[in-house]
Amino acid sequence: MGTKIRVLVAKPGLDGHDRGAKVVANALRDAGMEVIYTGLHQTPEMIVESAIQEDVDVVGLSILSGAHLTMFPRVIKLLKEKGAEHIKIFGGGIIPDEDIDRLKEIGVDRIFGPGTDTGDIIGYLKEQFKE
Amino acid sequence: MIDGKDESNFKKASEKFWGTYNNCPVQDLDFTTVSSEQVNPIYTPDDVSELQYDLDLGFPGQYPFTRGVYPTMYRGRLWTMRLFSGFGSARDTNRRYHYLLKHGQMGLSVAFDMPTIMGYDSDHKRSEGEVGKCGVAIDSLRDMEVLFDGIDLSGITTSMTINAPASILLAFYLSAGEKKGSRFDQMGGTIQNDILKEYIAQKSWIFPPEPSMRIITDILAFCSNHVPKWNTISISGYHIREAGSTAVQELAFTLADGFAYVEAGIAAGLDVDAFAPRLSFFFNSHLDFFEEIAKFRAARRIWARRMKEKYGAKDERSLLLRFHTQTAGCSLTAQQPENNIVRTAYQALSAVLGGTQSLHTNSMDETLALPTEKAATIALRTQQLIAHETGVINTIDPLAGSYFIESKTREMEEKAEEYFERIDELGGVVKAIEKGFFQREIGKAAYRYQKEVEAGRKVIVGVNRFRSDDDELEIPLLKIDQRVEEEQKESLKKLRSERDNDKVSRELERLLEAARGAENIMPVILDCARCYCTEGEIIGELKKVFGEYQEPPLF
Repeated sequence: MGTKIRVLVAKPGLDGHDRGAKVVANALRDAGMEVIYTGLHQTPEMIVESAIQEDVDVVGLSILSGAHLTMFPRVIKLLKEKGAEHIKIFGGGIIPDEDIDRLKEIGVDRIFGPGTDTGDIIGYLKEQFKE
Repeated sequence: MIDGKDESNFKKASEKFWGTYNNCPVQDLDFTTVSSEQVNPIYTPDDVSELQYDLDLGFPGQYPFTRGVYPTMYRGRLWTMRLFSGFGSARDTNRRYHYLLKHGQMGLSVAFDMPTIMGYDSDHKRSEGEVGKCGVAIDSLRDMEVLFDGIDLSGITTSMTINAPASILLAFYLSAGEKKGSRFDQMGGTIQNDILKEYIAQKSWIFPPEPSMRIITDILAFCSNHVPKWNTISISGYHIREAGSTAVQELAFTLADGFAYVEAGIAAGLDVDAFAPRLSFFFNSHLDFFEEIAKFRAARRIWARRMKEKYGAKDERSLLLRFHTQTAGCSLTAQQPENNIVRTAYQALSAVLGGTQSLHTNSMDETLALPTEKAATIALRTQQLIAHETGVINTIDPLAGSYFIESKTREMEEKAEEYFERIDELGGVVKAIEKGFFQREIGKAAYRYQKEVEAGRKVIVGVNRFRSDDDELEIPLLKIDQRVEEEQKESLKKLRSERDNDKVSRELERLLEAARGAENIMPVILDCARCYCTEGEIIGELKKVFGEYQEPPLF
């Protein structure tokens, strides 16, 4: 029984679709994790600041607007610049397969697309952060 | 007598049926709708014993309009086949509009990109990576002129899915028409302009509720005087449903929003019959076939009754709940996307059987991207097949009198009324929004649904059952060119260098004054539009007066 996994669930950019992010946030909380939700319309700067302030283990970005190839790299770059490279990144939303490969190359660990079972996200996070 | 049958025979037969039914094995299913509402094995005259044809149903085009808003319905005129479209630049989208019109589309529907929706120009920092991705990028009247190039705006109606900046896009549209020789009173269409549901579900707000309602009442007044064929609000349930609500919540929250707009219009000094005839609605058509049909019929009856009895509307047109429908995007899957064609077809059918005035059918690829031409064509053909091959248009409101449908219609009306009471207790829609009431109800429903799917109690074909081993995607997807953003930025630079910037400054100054005072801002916004102020510039001035809305990050 270790300390709780701390997760920041974030909505970058102008995308207002928060159903998935909220469902995931609730599922992770029910699974015993500490979840902070940023709310909507966050800039990468705001997300990174929250991640560092809240001292999270991992950031989950939810993007359905097609802006993922702009948002993910900016968040990763900022985390690096602020010395917070240890914070892992995963994501979800509408991200075509070919873009998933590109995201993985820049350091996004996993993308959970449409039809994902929240159990898989929980399992993944528990695996990543087990003692 | 029950419905022409001998009562004691009926009772005997009923007891026999239940005796048998209760002793037969049934499948291990919940037999609930997608909204988790119970559905009985059978409905009989007992379930509609209180139904009175004249009071509860009426004839089509007669109060309470349960059977349809018009006397002839589809025998007089089909619903408008209107596919929501937009992507990339105005030029790209104009091409798609011409394509769809050539293939039989009857009305236009504009999908804007996120920067346009949120009031940012394409060259704003917040627009980076977002330009043209979710819809078409429109920064000024110039883009609007390109968008409708070759299209006569007095010969077709256009629906624009735009909310917080609706006044501006309406001004761009009217100015574009004006430049092409159409008069405002010749132009017909709709702006979604339903800010209340933004706070509740779609979340594309700019200003706080109070100033947003002021803008809306300005639009109501302006259009009732100058643009009589324009639907000023498309009071929406679609997005509420997409956010995860149940069918009853969609029905209740949408109508509650509608009542709030009526009250706002009246409070602003307008006569209800001056603006109510041009209020329209927009519903989702979701998976449960019969629940949706009952929902549409209940909506018509509730609206008619309230408008007459509570708001004292005298003009019959104020009582008509005219609506557009979109098939449920959230029901589509990325896995086995061809299945989405079938889902959309069933959903389209229930919208038609529910008496919709206008219909958008989703494309099969929309869980992954904006629609390709081919996928959009199939979506359009889906409607044409219903209209021309199935025969369902031959008679009006064919399911009327069904024990099941009438029982469900009444049940949904009653459950919606319960919600109206709760909303009233909270102090009305705006107060309820501030208290997070709708957002919590929707969030709870969305989470419950997900749990039911994960427990296997709700089946999603291709996802939690009937999966394919090889889920390799074999359909082409639409890609938005990165150059769109660069080109929009170039266009803006050019626009700003070519226009009369003194006039722009003066009009924006006038706008600031108008926003600060009580004068109707629509005429001023029109003047801004005409001299090529950009959307971002106009919004920038309004933000100075109205401020910006922020939502507490609850989940």
